[in-house]
Amino acid sequence: MPLVSIRDVRKRFGENEVLKGVSVSVEKGDVVAIIGRSGSGKSTLLRCVNGLETHDSGSIVVDETPVDNARTDMRELRKHVGMVFQQFNLFPHLTAAGNVMLAPRVVNGVSEKEARDLAAAMLAKVGLSEKMDAWPSQLSGGQQQRVAIARALAMNPKVLLCDEITSALDPELVNEVLRVVEKLAAEGMTLILVTHEMRFARDVGTKLVFMHQGMVHEEGPPKELMAAPRTPELRQFIGAIA
Amino acid sequence: MIYKLQFVDLLPYWDVLARGLVFTIVLTCVSTAAGVAVGTCGASARAFGPRWLAGVVAAYVEIIRNTPFIVQLFFVYFGLPTLGLKLTEAEAAFLAMTINLGAYSTEIIRAGIEATPKGLIEAGVSLAMTRMQVLRHVVLKPAFQKTWPALASQIIIVMLGSSVVSQISAEDLTYAANFIQSRNFRAFEAYFVVALAYLLLAITARALLRGLGARLFPGARS
Amino acid sequence: MTDFSVWVIFSNLLLATRWTIALSLIAFVAGGVVGLALLFARMSKFRPLAKFVALYIEFFQGTPLLMQLFMLFFGVALFGVEISPWTAASLALTFWTSAFLAEIWRGCVESVPRGQWEAGSSVALSYMEQMRYVILPQAMRIAVPPTVGFSVQVIKGTALASIIGFVELTRAGTMLNNATFRPFLVYSLVGLIYFCLCYPLSFAAKRLERRLNAAR
Ligand SMILES: Nc1ncnc2c1ncn2[C@@H]1O[C@H](COP(=O)(O)OP(=O)(O)OP(=O)(O)O)[C@@H](O)[C@H]1O
Ligand SMILES: [Mg+2]
Repeated sequence: MPLVSIRDVRKRFGENEVLKGVSVSVEKGDVVAIIGRSGSGKSTLLRCVNGLETHDSGSIVVDETPVDNARTDMRELRKHVGMVFQQFNLFPHLTAAGNVMLAPRVVNGVSEKEARDLAAAMLAKVGLSEKMDAWPSQLSGGQQQRVAIARALAMNPKVLLCDEITSALDPELVNEVLRVVEKLAAEGMTLILVTHEMRFARDVGTKLVFMHQGMVHEEGPPKELMAAPRTPELRQFIGAIA
Repeated sequence: MIYKLQFVDLLPYWDVLARGLVFTIVLTCVSTAAGVAVGTCGASARAFGPRWLAGVVAAYVEIIRNTPFIVQLFFVYFGLPTLGLKLTEAEAAFLAMTINLGAYSTEIIRAGIEATPKGLIEAGVSLAMTRMQVLRHVVLKPAFQKTWPALASQIIIVMLGSSVVSQISAEDLTYAANFIQSRNFRAFEAYFVVALAYLLLAITARALLRGLGARLFPGARS
Repeated sequence: MTDFSVWVIFSNLLLATRWTIALSLIAFVAGGVVGLALLFARMSKFRPLAKFVALYIEFFQGTPLLMQLFMLFFGVALFGVEISPWTAASLALTFWTSAFLAEIWRGCVESVPRGQWEAGSSVALSYMEQMRYVILPQAMRIAVPPTVGFSVQVIKGTALASIIGFVELTRAGTMLNNATFRPFLVYSLVGLIYFCLCYPLSFAAKRLERRLNAAR
């Protein structure tokens, strides 16, 4: 049984059918890179996996628990599914450590001291030990995004969803974030990332998913797919980005 | 004719003034706490509550903001008893001020809530927080932080407006001045001294509220 | 006791509303003129004058309007001059309004970016010319919504004139209440009339502000 199994998922916003029967399965330890044009439904798919969006039909199963918008305890699901956003979304009124500590404290009821130790460990993991008490506004974009990763990791998720987490960064800050993600992948974290970083997708990804017009147009091992795209759409997409 | 100001004539009434001062301070503090609590609930209801509730809150806010406080006070003190709700002067004063500040702070805090980026709420939700936890930890705290200066000046405006409660014989600072001038006929002196007392209160309150804000909401604003 | 119908009460209140409107207009217009003078004085390079106006504003913003009314009403009497509640109320509300408007407008002038002053001086305009041709036209646009918004405070402020015996809407309400013993009805109607006066202005202020924000 895959860790995350997405089967024939459909989703529409009014008249606009954004996902037209998407199936993807993710094994434990996989690093799945989702690529595709703007508007092809990548973010929507990712957001369906942790219930930020509801899907209309099809099934999503995470760790043997179906994500059924009516019945599933979404909070229980979200404890195991972390998410990192393009715009960081750090809580501006909390320090870096405060951001990491908040959910363990209020959701898991961890003590202040334990939460702080946890925050220290997570921030060390993303290389920001010395920024524990910095405010988000005092951090660079790359540092903010690393805090956001630490914040998600503090809940000890089984899978981490990353939606274009380097797109809002200045080019020189992209690598520090990618290195953190690469390290997580090496440690065996299951990752689903929407990304435009093709080199990263090829070198770190275990699976590439090319989405086109709300469907999975091609999928497979990244190196093979990039070296020899089977469809003109993917060929064109790779050509346009490189 | 030259009139000689006689401030010494106020001295025998220092205890009346002191009692009025204490009353005004207590009235302001208690109705500030209650009013901000009402405002927090009102703003949350307007932003996240069901449609009908948001509508009720919006109507409450507009009614209060578009009528004079003195009319609200009279309505509470004279009007509510006909519905069977009998109130002492102090209770009526407290209730009217809470209702008044509640409406203004609803509006102020709501602006802060609406300025919360949607992404922050999603981040909270993604971290498995409940709606209430998100509201409390992710939305309200930064909303307060952002709107604290506006809230503080509204509190001071309400404190100054409270001088009107003397009109239902609640024994505040203004009531003390009315009382003194009815005894010693030193009207101008009495009102002048009390006006200065209000000014000092306002200046003190401003400093205290600023300090409290720095205490409650440390850190750099974003 | 005469039997007052709702209509009689309402029509009497409406008659008194004239005075609320008149007092509001006087306070707003006169307060605006004085406020403009204060604005220039507050921003003048002559420090003692600016300092004095700052104190004036602090005083009128930091003390209750009711105290200002009382002090004016009783203070003028000290000079042996009889002053009517009408005059006292007009004067006090004018002073009070001028202080708030001056401060609101100063905020608007200061929100015009510094670069505009510098651009003005770079084409050799004098301070007054910069103010007149560069800063004020821009500040005025920004100033419209809060000024309209403050007119609501002025209307509500006139209710305090009732306390020194000027018969406007609130005072008429009190008198009618004393005659009819129907406080719930009377003060509901009084509130309703104030609401009808104020709400359109509040609404306009909000709309204007939104439009201004959208334009920028
Ligand atoms: N909340 C929403 N309401 C209505 N339409 C939406 C909503 N969210 C997304 N859409 C639409 O769904 C389509 C897919 O959006 P989505 O954000 O999933 O694309 P994407 O592949 O992530 O694109 P990008 O690379 O620009 O992030 C778009 O046409 C978008 O306009
Ligand atoms: Mg997207």
